[in-house]
Amino acid sequence: MALAFLLPALVILGAFVVWPMISAFRLSFTNAAGFGVEEWVGVDNYVKVFTDPEVQDAVVNTLQYTVLFTPTAVLAALLLALVVNNPRLPWRSFFRTTLFLPFVVSLAVAAFAWSYLIDPQVGLLSYWLGRMGLHLGNVLEDPSLAMPAVALVAVWKNFGFYFVIFLAGLQDIPASLYEAARVDGAGVLHRFRHVTLPLLSNTFAFVLVFAMIAALQAFDQIYVMTGGGPYGHTQTIVMEIYESGFRKLELGFASALSYVLLIATLLLSVVQFVFFGRREEDLA
Amino acid sequence: MTALTLARRAPGRSVDDAPRARRPMRTGTFVSLLAMLVVTAFVLLPIVVIVFTAFKPTAEVNAYPPTLMPDAWTLDNMRRIVTELPFSRLVLNSFVFAGGVTICALVFDSLAAYALARIDFRGRRLLLVGIVATLMIPFQATLVPVYQLVSDLGWVNTFPGLIAPRAADAFGIFFLRQFFLALPRDVDSAARIDGASEFRIYRSIVLPNVVPALLTLGIFTFVNNWNDLLWPLVFTTRKEMGTITSGLTLLTGPGGIIPYGVMMAGSLIAILPLVVAFLLVQRRFIESVATTGLKG
Repeated sequence: MALAFLLPALVILGAFVVWPMISAFRLSFTNAAGFGVEEWVGVDNYVKVFTDPEVQDAVVNTLQYTVLFTPTAVLAALLLALVVNNPRLPWRSFFRTTLFLPFVVSLAVAAFAWSYLIDPQVGLLSYWLGRMGLHLGNVLEDPSLAMPAVALVAVWKNFGFYFVIFLAGLQDIPASLYEAARVDGAGVLHRFRHVTLPLLSNTFAFVLVFAMIAALQAFDQIYVMTGGGPYGHTQTIVMEIYESGFRKLELGFASALSYVLLIATLLLSVVQFVFFGRREEDLA
Repeated sequence: MTALTLARRAPGRSVDDAPRARRPMRTGTFVSLLAMLVVTAFVLLPIVVIVFTAFKPTAEVNAYPPTLMPDAWTLDNMRRIVTELPFSRLVLNSFVFAGGVTICALVFDSLAAYALARIDFRGRRLLLVGIVATLMIPFQATLVPVYQLVSDLGWVNTFPGLIAPRAADAFGIFFLRQFFLALPRDVDSAARIDGASEFRIYRSIVLPNVVPALLTLGIFTFVNNWNDLLWPLVFTTRKEMGTITSGLTLLTGPGGIIPYGVMMAGSLIAILPLVVAFLLVQRRFIESVATTGLKG
Protein backbone atom coordinates (compact mmCIF):
# COMPACT_ATOMS: atom_id res chain seq x y z
CA MET A 1 0.00 0.00 0.00
CA ALA A 2 2.67 2.43 1.06
CA LEU A 3 4.52 1.60 -2.12
CA ALA A 4 1.79 3.05 -4.32
CA PHE A 5 2.17 6.38 -2.51
CA LEU A 6 5.93 6.31 -2.72
CA LEU A 7 6.34 5.03 -6.24
CA PRO A 8 6.17 8.25 -8.30
CA ALA A 9 8.64 10.09 -6.06
CA LEU A 10 10.98 7.11 -5.86
CA VAL A 11 10.99 6.68 -9.63
CA ILE A 12 11.85 10.34 -10.15
CA LEU A 13 14.52 10.46 -7.45
CA GLY A 14 15.95 7.14 -8.61
CA ALA A 15 16.08 8.06 -12.27
CA PHE A 16 17.17 11.68 -11.97
CA VAL A 17 19.27 11.79 -8.81
CA VAL A 18 20.57 8.39 -7.71
CA TRP A 19 21.19 6.86 -11.11
CA PRO A 20 22.90 9.99 -12.52
CA MET A 21 25.16 10.03 -9.50
CA ILE A 22 26.29 6.48 -10.22
CA SER A 23 26.44 7.27 -13.89
CA ALA A 24 28.62 10.33 -13.29
CA PHE A 25 31.00 8.20 -11.25
CA ARG A 26 31.37 5.74 -14.11
CA LEU A 27 31.68 8.54 -16.69
CA SER A 28 34.42 10.19 -14.69
CA PHE A 29 36.72 7.26 -15.54
CA THR A 30 36.04 7.51 -19.28
CA ASN A 31 36.79 9.92 -22.09
CA ALA A 32 33.10 10.19 -23.03
CA ALA A 33 32.47 13.02 -25.45
CA GLY A 34 28.72 13.01 -25.92
CA PHE A 35 28.50 10.54 -28.78
CA GLY A 36 30.41 7.63 -30.24
CA VAL A 37 32.76 5.36 -28.32
CA GLU A 38 33.87 6.04 -24.83
CA GLU A 39 37.04 4.47 -23.51
CA TRP A 40 38.09 3.67 -19.99
CA VAL A 41 40.86 6.09 -19.06
CA GLY A 42 41.29 5.22 -15.39
CA VAL A 43 42.03 8.16 -13.15
CA ASP A 44 43.20 10.45 -15.96
CA ASN A 45 40.31 12.85 -15.47
CA TYR A 46 41.01 13.10 -11.77
CA VAL A 47 44.69 13.66 -12.47
CA LYS A 48 43.65 16.48 -14.77
CA VAL A 49 41.27 17.88 -12.15
CA PHE A 50 44.07 18.04 -9.62
CA THR A 51 46.84 19.26 -11.94
CA ASP A 52 45.21 21.38 -14.64
CA PRO A 53 46.00 25.03 -13.88
CA GLU A 54 42.63 26.16 -15.22
CA VAL A 55 40.79 23.87 -12.78
CA GLN A 56 43.01 24.98 -9.92
CA ASP A 57 42.19 28.57 -10.74
CA ALA A 58 38.51 27.70 -10.72
CA VAL A 59 38.85 26.01 -7.32
CA VAL A 60 40.78 28.97 -5.92
CA ASN A 61 38.21 31.38 -7.41
CA THR A 62 35.34 29.42 -5.89
CA LEU A 63 37.02 29.52 -2.49
CA GLN A 64 37.69 33.21 -2.91
CA TYR A 65 34.04 33.74 -3.81
CA THR A 66 32.97 31.71 -0.78
CA VAL A 67 35.18 33.77 1.49
CA LEU A 68 33.81 37.02 0.04
CA PHE A 69 30.17 35.97 0.00
CA THR A 70 29.61 33.91 3.15
CA PRO A 71 30.77 36.21 5.96
CA THR A 72 29.35 39.30 4.27
CA ALA A 73 25.90 37.81 3.73
CA VAL A 74 25.71 36.05 7.09
CA LEU A 75 26.98 38.95 9.18
CA ALA A 76 24.80 41.50 7.36
CA ALA A 77 21.81 39.22 7.96
CA LEU A 78 22.64 38.77 11.63
CA LEU A 79 23.23 42.46 12.23
CA LEU A 80 19.98 43.46 10.54
CA ALA A 81 18.08 40.74 12.41
CA LEU A 82 19.39 42.10 15.71
CA VAL A 83 18.28 45.61 14.78
CA VAL A 84 14.85 44.58 13.50
CA ASN A 85 14.30 42.30 16.52
CA ASN A 86 14.20 45.39 18.75
CA PRO A 87 10.49 45.62 19.67
CA ARG A 88 10.70 49.41 19.92
CA LEU A 89 11.74 49.80 16.28
CA PRO A 90 8.83 51.17 14.19
CA TRP A 91 7.77 49.61 10.86
CA ARG A 92 9.34 46.24 11.65
CA SER A 93 7.12 44.24 9.31
CA PHE A 94 7.86 46.68 6.50
CA PHE A 95 11.60 46.17 6.98
CA ARG A 96 11.17 42.42 7.17
CA THR A 97 9.26 42.29 3.89
CA THR A 98 11.56 44.69 2.05
CA LEU A 99 14.76 42.98 3.10
CA PHE A 100 13.35 39.64 1.98
CA LEU A 101 12.15 40.97 -1.38
CA PRO A 102 15.43 40.46 -3.32
CA PHE A 103 15.12 36.75 -2.57
CA VAL A 104 12.31 36.42 -5.14
CA VAL A 105 14.36 38.21 -7.82
CA SER A 106 16.44 35.87 -9.96
CA LEU A 107 20.21 36.14 -9.82
CA ALA A 108 20.23 36.68 -13.57
CA VAL A 109 17.94 39.71 -13.33
CA ALA A 110 19.84 40.97 -10.28
CA ALA A 111 22.97 40.68 -12.39
CA PHE A 112 21.43 42.86 -15.12
CA ALA A 113 20.37 45.53 -12.65
CA TRP A 114 23.73 45.61 -10.89
CA SER A 115 25.66 45.61 -14.17
CA TYR A 116 23.74 48.73 -15.12
CA LEU A 117 24.19 50.34 -11.69
CA ILE A 118 27.97 49.89 -11.80
CA ASP A 119 28.42 50.64 -15.50
CA PRO A 120 31.42 53.00 -15.62
CA GLN A 121 29.73 55.35 -18.13
CA VAL A 122 26.02 55.46 -17.33
CA GLY A 123 25.73 53.61 -14.01
CA LEU A 124 23.92 55.45 -11.26
CA LEU A 125 25.93 53.84 -8.47
CA SER A 126 29.30 54.50 -10.13
CA TYR A 127 28.19 58.09 -10.60
CA TRP A 128 27.16 58.50 -6.95
CA LEU A 129 30.33 56.82 -5.72
CA GLY A 130 32.34 59.04 -8.08
CA ARG A 131 30.68 62.10 -6.57
CA MET A 132 31.84 60.85 -3.19
CA GLY A 133 35.38 60.59 -4.54
CA LEU A 134 35.38 56.83 -5.07
CA HIS A 135 36.23 56.09 -8.71
CA LEU A 136 36.02 52.36 -9.28
CA GLY A 137 36.37 52.39 -13.06
CA ASN A 138 35.17 49.42 -15.06
CA VAL A 139 34.55 47.04 -12.17
CA LEU A 140 33.66 43.96 -14.22
CA GLU A 141 36.80 44.30 -16.36
CA ASP A 142 39.02 44.78 -13.33
CA PRO A 143 40.69 41.50 -12.23
CA SER A 144 40.69 42.51 -8.57
CA LEU A 145 37.15 43.96 -8.43
CA ALA A 146 35.16 41.58 -10.65
CA MET A 147 34.94 38.83 -8.04
CA PRO A 148 33.84 41.11 -5.16
CA ALA A 149 31.22 42.55 -7.54
CA VAL A 150 29.66 39.21 -8.48
CA ALA A 151 29.81 38.10 -4.83
CA LEU A 152 28.03 41.28 -3.80
CA VAL A 153 25.16 40.57 -6.19
CA ALA A 154 24.67 37.20 -4.49
CA VAL A 155 24.84 38.87 -1.08
CA TRP A 156 22.11 41.26 -2.20
CA LYS A 157 19.90 38.41 -3.35
CA ASN A 158 20.43 36.02 -0.45
CA PHE A 159 21.01 37.93 2.78
CA GLY A 160 17.26 38.51 3.28
CA PHE A 161 16.70 34.78 3.47
CA TYR A 162 19.34 34.35 6.17
CA PHE A 163 18.00 37.47 7.89
CA VAL A 164 14.54 35.92 8.22
CA ILE A 165 16.00 32.70 9.68
CA PHE A 166 18.04 34.71 12.19
CA LEU A 167 15.00 36.77 13.09
CA ALA A 168 13.04 33.60 13.86
CA GLY A 169 15.97 32.30 15.90
CA LEU A 170 16.07 35.51 17.90
CA GLN A 171 12.35 35.43 18.52
CA ASP A 172 12.66 31.90 19.90
CA ILE A 173 14.88 33.14 22.71
CA PRO A 174 12.63 33.48 25.77
CA ALA A 175 12.22 37.08 26.92
CA SER A 176 12.52 35.87 30.51
CA LEU A 177 16.22 35.19 29.97
CA TYR A 178 16.81 38.82 29.01
CA GLU A 179 14.74 39.96 31.99
CA ALA A 180 16.81 37.81 34.32
CA ALA A 181 20.04 39.15 32.83
CA ARG A 182 18.76 42.70 33.16
CA VAL A 183 17.86 42.14 36.80
CA ASP A 184 21.39 40.87 37.34
CA GLY A 185 22.62 44.19 35.95
CA ALA A 186 23.87 42.92 32.57
CA GLY A 187 24.24 45.68 29.94
CA VAL A 188 23.35 45.39 26.26
CA LEU A 189 26.72 43.91 25.26
CA HIS A 190 26.70 41.50 28.16
CA ARG A 191 23.22 40.29 27.29
CA PHE A 192 24.26 39.83 23.67
CA ARG A 193 27.41 37.95 24.65
CA HIS A 194 25.86 35.69 27.31
CA VAL A 195 22.25 35.23 26.23
CA THR A 196 21.85 35.93 22.50
CA LEU A 197 25.06 34.42 21.17
CA PRO A 198 24.93 31.03 22.92
CA LEU A 199 21.24 30.56 22.15
CA LEU A 200 21.67 31.58 18.54
CA SER A 201 24.77 29.48 17.89
CA ASN A 202 22.93 26.57 16.26
CA THR A 203 20.98 28.86 13.95
CA PHE A 204 24.22 30.66 13.17
CA ALA A 205 26.06 27.46 12.26
CA PHE A 206 23.10 26.31 10.18
CA VAL A 207 22.96 29.53 8.18
CA LEU A 208 26.74 29.64 7.81
CA VAL A 209 27.00 26.17 6.29
CA PHE A 210 23.93 26.83 4.19
CA ALA A 211 25.54 29.98 2.75
CA MET A 212 28.79 28.11 2.09
CA ILE A 213 26.97 25.40 0.14
CA ALA A 214 25.23 28.09 -1.92
CA ALA A 215 28.59 29.76 -2.55
CA LEU A 216 30.13 26.54 -3.89
CA GLN A 217 27.42 26.50 -6.56
CA ALA A 218 27.99 30.05 -7.83
CA PHE A 219 27.04 30.35 -11.48
CA ASP A 220 24.09 32.48 -12.61
CA GLN A 221 25.22 36.05 -12.02
CA ILE A 222 28.76 35.21 -13.10
CA TYR A 223 27.51 33.77 -16.38
CA VAL A 224 25.58 36.98 -16.97
CA MET A 225 28.01 39.60 -15.69
CA THR A 226 31.51 38.40 -16.58
CA GLY A 227 31.23 35.03 -18.30
CA GLY A 228 34.09 33.94 -16.03
CA GLY A 229 36.30 36.86 -17.01
CA PRO A 230 38.27 39.05 -16.93
CA TYR A 231 40.98 36.53 -17.87
CA GLY A 232 39.25 33.74 -15.94
CA HIS A 233 39.26 35.66 -12.68
CA THR A 234 35.62 34.81 -11.91
CA GLN A 235 35.63 31.31 -13.40
CA THR A 236 34.09 29.03 -10.74
CA ILE A 237 33.77 25.25 -10.47
CA VAL A 238 30.18 25.20 -11.76
CA MET A 239 31.14 27.54 -14.63
CA GLU A 240 33.91 25.07 -15.44
CA ILE A 241 31.50 22.09 -15.27
CA TYR A 242 29.10 23.91 -17.59
CA GLU A 243 31.80 24.76 -20.08
CA SER A 244 33.55 21.40 -20.12
CA GLY A 245 30.30 19.41 -20.05
CA PHE A 246 28.08 21.43 -22.35
CA ARG A 247 30.37 23.56 -24.50
CA LYS A 248 33.45 21.40 -25.04
CA LEU A 249 31.51 18.14 -24.47
CA GLU A 250 34.27 16.64 -22.32
CA LEU A 251 31.74 14.61 -20.36
CA GLY A 252 34.26 12.41 -18.57
CA PHE A 253 36.27 15.35 -17.33
CA ALA A 254 33.12 17.31 -16.41
CA SER A 255 31.96 14.30 -14.38
CA ALA A 256 35.22 14.10 -12.47
CA LEU A 257 34.88 17.81 -11.74
CA SER A 258 31.29 17.23 -10.63
CA TYR A 259 32.52 14.73 -8.09
CA VAL A 260 34.83 17.33 -6.59
CA LEU A 261 31.83 19.60 -6.13
CA LEU A 262 29.77 16.71 -4.79
CA ILE A 263 32.34 15.70 -2.17
CA ALA A 264 32.80 19.30 -1.02
CA THR A 265 29.02 19.74 -0.70
CA LEU A 266 28.63 16.41 1.11
CA LEU A 267 31.21 17.36 3.70
CA LEU A 268 29.43 20.64 4.39
CA SER A 269 26.03 18.93 4.39
CA VAL A 270 27.08 16.46 7.06
CA VAL A 271 28.01 19.39 9.28
CA GLN A 272 24.69 21.00 8.42
CA PHE A 273 22.70 17.90 9.29
CA VAL A 274 24.28 17.76 12.71
CA PHE A 275 23.19 21.33 13.37
CA PHE A 276 19.85 20.92 11.65
CA GLY A 277 19.12 17.99 13.96
CA ARG A 278 20.01 20.12 16.96
CA ARG A 279 17.93 23.01 15.65
CA GLU A 280 14.93 20.72 15.25
CA GLU A 281 15.38 19.65 18.87
CA ASP A 282 15.57 23.28 19.93
CA LEU A 283 12.33 24.06 18.15
CA ALA A 284 10.55 21.02 19.52
CA MET B 1 20.16 62.29 -2.24
CA THR B 2 17.59 60.36 -4.18
CA ALA B 3 18.14 57.41 -1.89
CA LEU B 4 17.07 59.51 1.05
CA THR B 5 13.96 60.74 -0.69
CA LEU B 6 13.04 57.16 -1.38
CA ALA B 7 13.69 56.11 2.15
CA ARG B 8 11.52 58.82 3.58
CA ARG B 9 8.66 57.93 1.34
CA ALA B 10 8.88 54.20 1.85
CA PRO B 11 7.61 53.68 5.42
CA GLY B 12 4.27 55.30 4.65
CA ARG B 13 3.18 51.99 3.16
CA SER B 14 3.24 50.06 6.40
CA VAL B 15 0.60 50.95 8.93
CA ASP B 16 0.39 47.86 11.12
CA ASP B 17 3.18 48.89 13.47
CA ALA B 18 2.33 52.57 13.47
CA PRO B 19 0.87 52.99 16.99
CA ARG B 20 4.17 51.87 18.51
CA ALA B 21 5.99 54.69 16.79
CA ARG B 22 3.94 57.29 18.62
CA ARG B 23 5.62 56.63 21.93
CA PRO B 24 8.66 58.85 22.44
CA MET B 25 11.58 57.19 20.76
CA ARG B 26 14.91 56.57 22.41
CA THR B 27 18.02 57.88 20.71
CA GLY B 28 19.27 54.34 20.08
CA THR B 29 16.03 53.33 18.41
CA PHE B 30 16.02 56.50 16.34
CA VAL B 31 19.54 55.82 15.11
CA SER B 32 18.54 52.22 14.30
CA LEU B 33 15.54 53.50 12.38
CA LEU B 34 17.64 55.89 10.31
CA ALA B 35 20.18 53.17 9.58
CA MET B 36 17.42 50.77 8.57
CA LEU B 37 15.89 53.34 6.22
CA VAL B 38 19.24 53.83 4.49
CA VAL B 39 19.82 50.06 4.24
CA THR B 40 16.30 49.51 2.91
CA ALA B 41 16.72 52.22 0.28
CA PHE B 42 19.98 50.62 -0.84
CA VAL B 43 18.40 47.15 -0.96
CA LEU B 44 15.48 48.46 -3.01
CA LEU B 45 17.72 50.44 -5.38
CA PRO B 46 18.23 47.70 -8.03
CA ILE B 47 14.49 46.95 -8.12
CA VAL B 48 13.60 50.64 -8.34
CA VAL B 49 16.17 51.08 -11.10
CA ILE B 50 14.68 48.19 -13.07
CA VAL B 51 11.21 49.75 -12.87
CA PHE B 52 12.28 53.29 -13.80
CA THR B 53 14.78 52.34 -16.49
CA ALA B 54 12.23 50.10 -18.19
CA PHE B 55 10.24 53.26 -19.02
CA LYS B 56 13.17 55.56 -19.86
CA PRO B 57 13.91 56.71 -23.42
CA THR B 58 17.31 55.48 -24.66
CA ALA B 59 18.72 59.00 -24.76
CA GLU B 60 18.05 59.38 -21.04
CA VAL B 61 19.39 55.92 -20.21
CA ASN B 62 22.70 56.86 -21.83
CA ALA B 63 22.76 60.43 -20.52
CA TYR B 64 25.43 61.74 -18.21
CA PRO B 65 24.99 62.41 -15.35
CA PRO B 66 22.63 59.45 -14.92
CA THR B 67 19.29 59.99 -13.23
CA LEU B 68 17.02 57.69 -11.27
CA MET B 69 13.63 58.63 -12.67
CA PRO B 70 12.71 59.14 -16.31
CA ASP B 71 11.87 62.69 -17.44
CA ALA B 72 9.74 61.46 -20.29
CA TRP B 73 8.10 58.08 -19.78
CA THR B 74 8.06 55.73 -22.76
CA LEU B 75 6.87 52.27 -23.73
CA ASP B 76 9.54 51.93 -26.45
CA ASN B 77 11.62 49.51 -24.38
CA MET B 78 8.61 47.30 -23.78
CA ARG B 79 7.80 47.35 -27.49
CA ARG B 80 11.37 46.56 -28.42
CA ILE B 81 11.82 43.61 -26.03
CA VAL B 82 8.89 41.88 -27.69
CA THR B 83 10.62 42.10 -31.05
CA GLU B 84 14.11 41.15 -29.81
CA LEU B 85 12.88 37.93 -28.25
CA PRO B 86 9.93 35.57 -28.71
CA PHE B 87 8.87 37.19 -25.50
CA SER B 88 5.33 35.99 -24.92
CA ARG B 89 6.52 32.48 -25.74
CA LEU B 90 9.29 32.70 -23.14
CA VAL B 91 6.90 33.93 -20.47
CA LEU B 92 4.50 31.12 -21.33
CA ASN B 93 7.38 28.60 -21.16
CA SER B 94 8.33 29.92 -17.74
CA PHE B 95 4.77 29.46 -16.51
CA VAL B 96 4.51 25.94 -17.94
CA PHE B 97 7.95 24.90 -16.65
CA ALA B 98 7.77 26.43 -13.17
CA GLY B 99 4.06 25.65 -12.83
CA GLY B 100 4.49 22.10 -14.09
CA VAL B 101 7.35 21.38 -11.72
CA THR B 102 5.38 22.89 -8.85
CA ILE B 103 2.21 20.88 -9.46
CA CYS B 104 4.05 17.58 -10.01
CA ALA B 105 6.30 18.10 -7.02
CA LEU B 106 3.39 18.99 -4.73
CA VAL B 107 1.48 15.86 -5.75
CA PHE B 108 4.38 13.40 -5.70
CA ASP B 109 6.05 14.85 -2.62
CA SER B 110 2.85 14.89 -0.61
CA LEU B 111 2.02 11.31 -1.59
CA ALA B 112 5.47 10.12 -0.53
CA ALA B 113 5.40 12.24 2.61
CA TYR B 114 2.03 10.75 3.53
CA ALA B 115 3.41 7.22 3.31
CA LEU B 116 6.49 8.15 5.31
CA ALA B 117 4.54 9.95 8.00
CA ARG B 118 1.28 8.04 8.38
CA ILE B 119 1.62 4.47 7.08
CA ASP B 120 3.61 1.91 9.04
CA PHE B 121 5.70 -0.35 6.86
CA ARG B 122 8.99 -2.16 7.10
CA GLY B 123 12.07 -0.20 6.14
CA ARG B 124 10.36 3.17 6.53
CA ARG B 125 13.12 4.69 8.60
CA LEU B 126 15.79 3.50 6.16
CA LEU B 127 13.89 4.84 3.18
CA LEU B 128 13.53 8.21 4.87
CA VAL B 129 17.26 8.37 5.54
CA GLY B 130 17.91 7.44 1.91
CA ILE B 131 15.60 10.17 0.62
CA VAL B 132 17.05 12.78 2.93
CA ALA B 133 20.55 11.77 1.82
CA THR B 134 19.73 12.77 -1.76
CA LEU B 135 19.22 16.31 -0.40
CA MET B 136 22.97 16.60 -0.18
CA ILE B 137 23.51 16.13 -3.91
CA PRO B 138 23.63 19.49 -5.70
CA PHE B 139 21.89 19.32 -9.07
CA GLN B 140 24.93 20.90 -10.70
CA ALA B 141 26.93 17.78 -9.85
CA THR B 142 24.62 15.41 -11.75
CA LEU B 143 23.83 17.74 -14.62
CA VAL B 144 25.92 15.87 -17.21
CA PRO B 145 24.36 12.40 -16.72
CA VAL B 146 20.87 13.88 -16.26
CA TYR B 147 21.32 15.65 -19.58
CA GLN B 148 22.43 12.38 -21.20
CA LEU B 149 19.35 10.65 -19.82
CA VAL B 150 16.99 13.38 -20.97
CA SER B 151 18.70 13.36 -24.35
CA ASP B 152 18.39 9.56 -24.64
CA LEU B 153 14.68 9.93 -23.95
CA GLY B 154 14.53 12.47 -26.79
CA TRP B 155 13.34 15.12 -24.35
CA VAL B 156 15.81 17.94 -24.99
CA ASN B 157 13.87 21.11 -25.88
CA THR B 158 10.63 19.66 -24.53
CA PHE B 159 8.60 20.39 -21.42
CA PRO B 160 8.88 16.79 -20.12
CA GLY B 161 12.66 17.19 -20.31
CA LEU B 162 12.54 20.38 -18.28
CA ILE B 163 9.95 19.20 -15.79
CA ALA B 164 10.35 15.45 -15.19
CA PRO B 165 13.78 15.52 -13.49
CA ARG B 166 12.36 17.94 -10.93
CA ALA B 167 8.91 16.39 -10.55
CA ALA B 168 9.76 15.18 -7.04
CA ASP B 169 12.40 16.30 -4.62
CA ALA B 170 13.71 15.18 -1.30
CA PHE B 171 13.33 18.53 0.35
CA GLY B 172 9.61 18.74 -0.41
CA ILE B 173 9.05 15.23 0.91
CA PHE B 174 10.97 15.96 4.08
CA PHE B 175 9.26 19.33 4.54
CA LEU B 176 5.71 17.98 4.10
CA ARG B 177 6.42 14.94 6.25
CA GLN B 178 7.12 17.26 9.19
CA PHE B 179 3.66 18.79 8.79
CA PHE B 180 1.95 15.42 8.33
CA LEU B 181 3.58 14.11 11.49
CA ALA B 182 2.20 17.02 13.46
CA LEU B 183 -1.44 16.21 12.60
CA PRO B 184 -3.27 14.18 15.27
CA ARG B 185 -3.72 10.55 14.34
CA ASP B 186 -7.15 9.88 15.89
CA VAL B 187 -9.13 11.18 12.92
CA ASP B 188 -7.53 8.92 10.40
CA SER B 189 -7.79 5.90 12.74
CA ALA B 190 -11.50 6.59 12.99
CA ALA B 191 -11.76 6.97 9.22
CA ARG B 192 -9.81 3.75 8.75
CA ILE B 193 -12.24 1.87 11.02
CA ASP B 194 -15.09 3.28 8.93
CA GLY B 195 -13.45 1.67 5.93
CA ALA B 196 -11.93 4.73 4.24
CA SER B 197 -9.04 3.94 1.92
CA GLU B 198 -5.59 5.39 2.54
CA PHE B 199 -5.97 7.55 -0.54
CA ARG B 200 -9.25 8.90 0.74
CA ILE B 201 -7.65 9.77 4.09
CA TYR B 202 -4.76 11.45 2.30
CA ARG B 203 -7.07 13.43 0.06
CA SER B 204 -9.94 14.34 2.33
CA ILE B 205 -8.40 14.48 5.79
CA VAL B 206 -4.67 15.09 5.63
CA LEU B 207 -4.25 17.41 2.62
CA PRO B 208 -6.93 19.95 3.60
CA ASN B 209 -5.16 20.36 6.92
CA VAL B 210 -1.80 21.28 5.47
CA VAL B 211 -2.86 23.84 2.85
CA PRO B 212 -0.53 26.55 4.25
CA ALA B 213 2.43 24.16 4.05
CA LEU B 214 1.51 23.19 0.49
CA LEU B 215 1.19 26.85 -0.42
CA THR B 216 4.60 27.71 1.00
CA LEU B 217 6.31 24.79 -0.67
CA GLY B 218 4.48 25.58 -3.89
CA ILE B 219 5.55 29.21 -3.99
CA PHE B 220 9.08 28.28 -3.07
CA THR B 221 9.31 25.67 -5.82
CA PHE B 222 7.75 28.01 -8.34
CA VAL B 223 10.11 30.88 -7.52
CA ASN B 224 13.21 28.67 -7.61
CA ASN B 225 12.35 27.21 -10.99
CA TRP B 226 11.16 30.44 -12.54
CA ASN B 227 14.45 32.04 -11.50
CA ASP B 228 16.76 29.18 -12.37
CA LEU B 229 19.24 29.92 -15.13
CA LEU B 230 21.52 26.89 -15.44
CA TRP B 231 18.68 24.37 -15.83
CA PRO B 232 16.90 25.90 -18.84
CA LEU B 233 20.28 26.87 -20.30
CA VAL B 234 21.27 23.19 -20.39
CA PHE B 235 17.98 21.56 -21.32
CA THR B 236 16.87 23.93 -24.04
CA THR B 237 19.02 24.66 -27.05
CA ARG B 238 16.29 26.27 -29.12
CA LYS B 239 15.53 29.90 -28.38
CA GLU B 240 11.75 29.37 -28.38
CA MET B 241 11.97 26.67 -25.69
CA GLY B 242 13.89 28.78 -23.17
CA THR B 243 12.40 30.46 -20.12
CA ILE B 244 12.20 34.16 -19.55
CA THR B 245 15.25 33.94 -17.28
CA SER B 246 17.43 32.08 -19.77
CA GLY B 247 16.02 34.05 -22.71
CA LEU B 248 17.08 37.37 -21.22
CA THR B 249 20.70 36.22 -21.03
CA LEU B 250 20.70 35.83 -24.83
CA LEU B 251 20.53 39.61 -25.01
CA THR B 252 23.83 40.08 -23.21
CA GLY B 253 25.94 37.43 -24.93
CA PRO B 254 28.78 38.26 -27.30
CA GLY B 255 27.59 40.74 -29.89
CA GLY B 256 24.32 41.20 -28.04
CA ILE B 257 24.77 44.87 -27.28
CA ILE B 258 21.27 45.66 -26.15
CA PRO B 259 20.36 49.00 -24.61
CA TYR B 260 19.97 48.85 -20.85
CA GLY B 261 16.43 50.19 -21.14
CA VAL B 262 15.36 47.13 -23.14
CA MET B 263 17.11 44.78 -20.72
CA MET B 264 15.37 46.41 -17.78
CA ALA B 265 12.02 46.17 -19.53
CA GLY B 266 12.61 42.42 -19.93
CA SER B 267 13.78 42.17 -16.33
CA LEU B 268 10.69 43.95 -15.10
CA ILE B 269 8.43 41.49 -16.87
CA ALA B 270 10.51 38.61 -15.50
CA ILE B 271 10.24 39.69 -11.87
CA LEU B 272 6.74 41.13 -11.88
CA PRO B 273 4.72 37.90 -11.37
CA LEU B 274 6.96 36.81 -8.50
CA VAL B 275 7.08 40.16 -6.76
CA VAL B 276 3.30 40.54 -6.93
CA ALA B 277 2.72 36.96 -5.72
CA PHE B 278 5.23 37.46 -2.93
CA LEU B 279 3.68 40.72 -1.74
CA LEU B 280 0.26 39.07 -1.62
CA VAL B 281 1.34 36.22 0.64
CA GLN B 282 4.48 37.69 2.17
CA ARG B 283 3.59 37.46 5.85
CA ARG B 284 2.70 33.80 5.90
CA PHE B 285 5.47 32.96 3.45
CA ILE B 286 8.21 34.64 5.46
CA GLU B 287 6.97 33.04 8.65
CA SER B 288 7.04 29.53 7.26
CA VAL B 289 10.45 30.10 5.69
CA ALA B 290 11.68 31.26 9.06
CA THR B 291 10.34 28.41 11.13
CA THR B 292 11.38 25.63 8.80
CA GLY B 293 14.73 26.83 7.53
CA LEU B 294 13.54 26.22 4.01
CA LYS B 295 16.25 25.15 1.61
CA GLY B 296 17.07 26.91 -1.67
